[in-house]
Amino acid sequence: MLPERMINLLILGLLLAVPLVALAMDEPFIITLATKAAVLAVAGVGLNLALGQGGLVSFGHAAYFGVGGYAMGILASHAQSYTPLMEAPFLIEGTKSMLVIWLVAIVASALVALLVGALSLRTSGVYFIMVTLAFGQMLYYFAISWPAYGGEDGLSIYVRNGFPGLNTLDPIQFFGLCFAVLLIVLFAVNLLNKSPFGLALNGAHQNEERARTVGINVYRLRLTAFVISGAITGLAGALFADLNRFVSPTMFSWQTSGEIMVFIILGGVARLCGPVAGAAVYILLEHVLGGLSEYWHIYLGAILLFVVLFAKGGLVGGLSRREVRHAG
Amino acid sequence: MSIILLIEQILNGLQFGVMLFLMAAGLTLIFGVMGLINLAHGSLYMIGAFAAAAGAAATGSFVLGLIAALTSAALFGALIELTVIRRLYARDHLDQVLATFALILIFSEATRWVFGSFPLFLDTPAFLSGTVTLPGGILYSKYRLAIILIGLAVAVGLFLLISRTRVGMRIRAGENDREMIGALGVDISVLYTMVFALGAALAGLSGALVGAIQSVEVGMGEPVLILAFVVIVIGGIGSIKGALAGAILVGLTDTLGRTLLPVLFASFMDPSAATTVGSALASMLIYILMAGVLLFKPTGLFGSA
Repeated sequence: MLPERMINLLILGLLLAVPLVALAMDEPFIITLATKAAVLAVAGVGLNLALGQGGLVSFGHAAYFGVGGYAMGILASHAQSYTPLMEAPFLIEGTKSMLVIWLVAIVASALVALLVGALSLRTSGVYFIMVTLAFGQMLYYFAISWPAYGGEDGLSIYVRNGFPGLNTLDPIQFFGLCFAVLLIVLFAVNLLNKSPFGLALNGAHQNEERARTVGINVYRLRLTAFVISGAITGLAGALFADLNRFVSPTMFSWQTSGEIMVFIILGGVARLCGPVAGAAVYILLEHVLGGLSEYWHIYLGAILLFVVLFAKGGLVGGLSRREVRHAG
Repeated sequence: MSIILLIEQILNGLQFGVMLFLMAAGLTLIFGVMGLINLAHGSLYMIGAFAAAAGAAATGSFVLGLIAALTSAALFGALIELTVIRRLYARDHLDQVLATFALILIFSEATRWVFGSFPLFLDTPAFLSGTVTLPGGILYSKYRLAIILIGLAVAVGLFLLISRTRVGMRIRAGENDREMIGALGVDISVLYTMVFALGAALAGLSGALVGAIQSVEVGMGEPVLILAFVVIVIGGIGSIKGALAGAILVGLTDTLGRTLLPVLFASFMDPSAATTVGSALASMLIYILMAGVLLFKPTGLFGSA
């Protein structure tokens, strides 16, 4: 039994150590796997803010992941073909700059989360799950049926976007960038969780009636959390698209929403680094089990079932002593 | 667009709606009685379709295939209720979502393992192939018409089962107060398994009937599951009447939207752009409908608060 802070350091230390060792052993593929884990962890940390801290079981976070991905795909594809996004009423050009892309991804996914959240948060419980799932599916079908950006086939970007002072095509440099983003996001979410906002959010999760009674506008509070959560997941989507240099409607699919949720449950709900551990374990399972059998999802399903039924705290919960309330 | 084509599309919409009803009825029943959100309902739909295709291929009889679909979906339903689902009744919705998501992964991959990745095909039976002439000289597929009639018959049967029989009385009592009916001597766990198997059989029936129109493949269940969720959100959870109304509404909106929107847009845009915008909007129409219902009646058309 360890204090959670120690476990967090351990998780992040491991995630940093693996690619460094891989670099020394000249195994670029492992660095890419670690990068994927770091990027997916960002998506999980985003969802965990709504799901763990706020108790909002969103089964539609693929929507923001996808919007972030397409923000990158659309901007970069215009830059790559030297055609402007639009000319009238004012000129908007594509870009290959990650910083601009990230900003657009965050703003766009926050806007979508604002719309979806404003509607979904009128409901609660099972309705909320079904409604978020449905809106995610809506964007999936939209991405498939809109032919301008590849439709069902998606978009390929030939060269990874640039970041000032880095060669992003070098696996270890790109990993470092993604890891730094993950650290910044973790730091910000940790601050947020401990702020009056985060405490109120958690309070409304534990007892909505009581939060209302002390004068908290629960709807506005949850909507704010939902938008921030969506924006973080959108940023992860932009990074994920850059990692693969490819975006497709799959990023919007309900399976993606499910996977982001699985990271959280494997790592531990409402734990700061739970999604990081969960994403890393997921990538490890995908790599190891996927190598053993084409049908590795059967094993993943069995493991997930076991964790949900018998080991509720996930990885971090199993190692840590601090109890946290589970989302309801 | 001719009026005959329009009527044909309305019938197609009805047929789609009736299919959605079979899915949504099971989901809403299971939620109403056990308070459980079951994502694996789409897997039971898929199991029904595969059992029908395999059964019909082995015996050469569509009806036997249909029976195989009903029994295997009900059996798998009872099996997962006994092993996994009943551990989830006391859990929160997040656990239910994740555990049933795990079941989807297991069922989908196991089906892929047994049947391979290629889709199977189920032929419509000889006595239902071809078309029938409806009043007004409209030619319509016999099979699709049969689906509409079967679906409506199931709706009536379900309504009678719940409002007129002893089992139905227990189901309604279970929705109101599960502890009390346990105290009155009803074996709740048997009732729960029965309700779950009934819902599973309805999903299996739906999958088998659709299997003859579309290809039978892994992953066919989840898009329908999500549409059934939209139906439930529109109709109101726990209400069979709401499920029927919601399903018909969604079926008609989706089918007519796909036919009419491109035509509508073509009246003031150039044809290729109209097709693009029209079909993209049509694919989102039912979700826009759902958003509208959420704005004005968040508990659904027939739901209580």
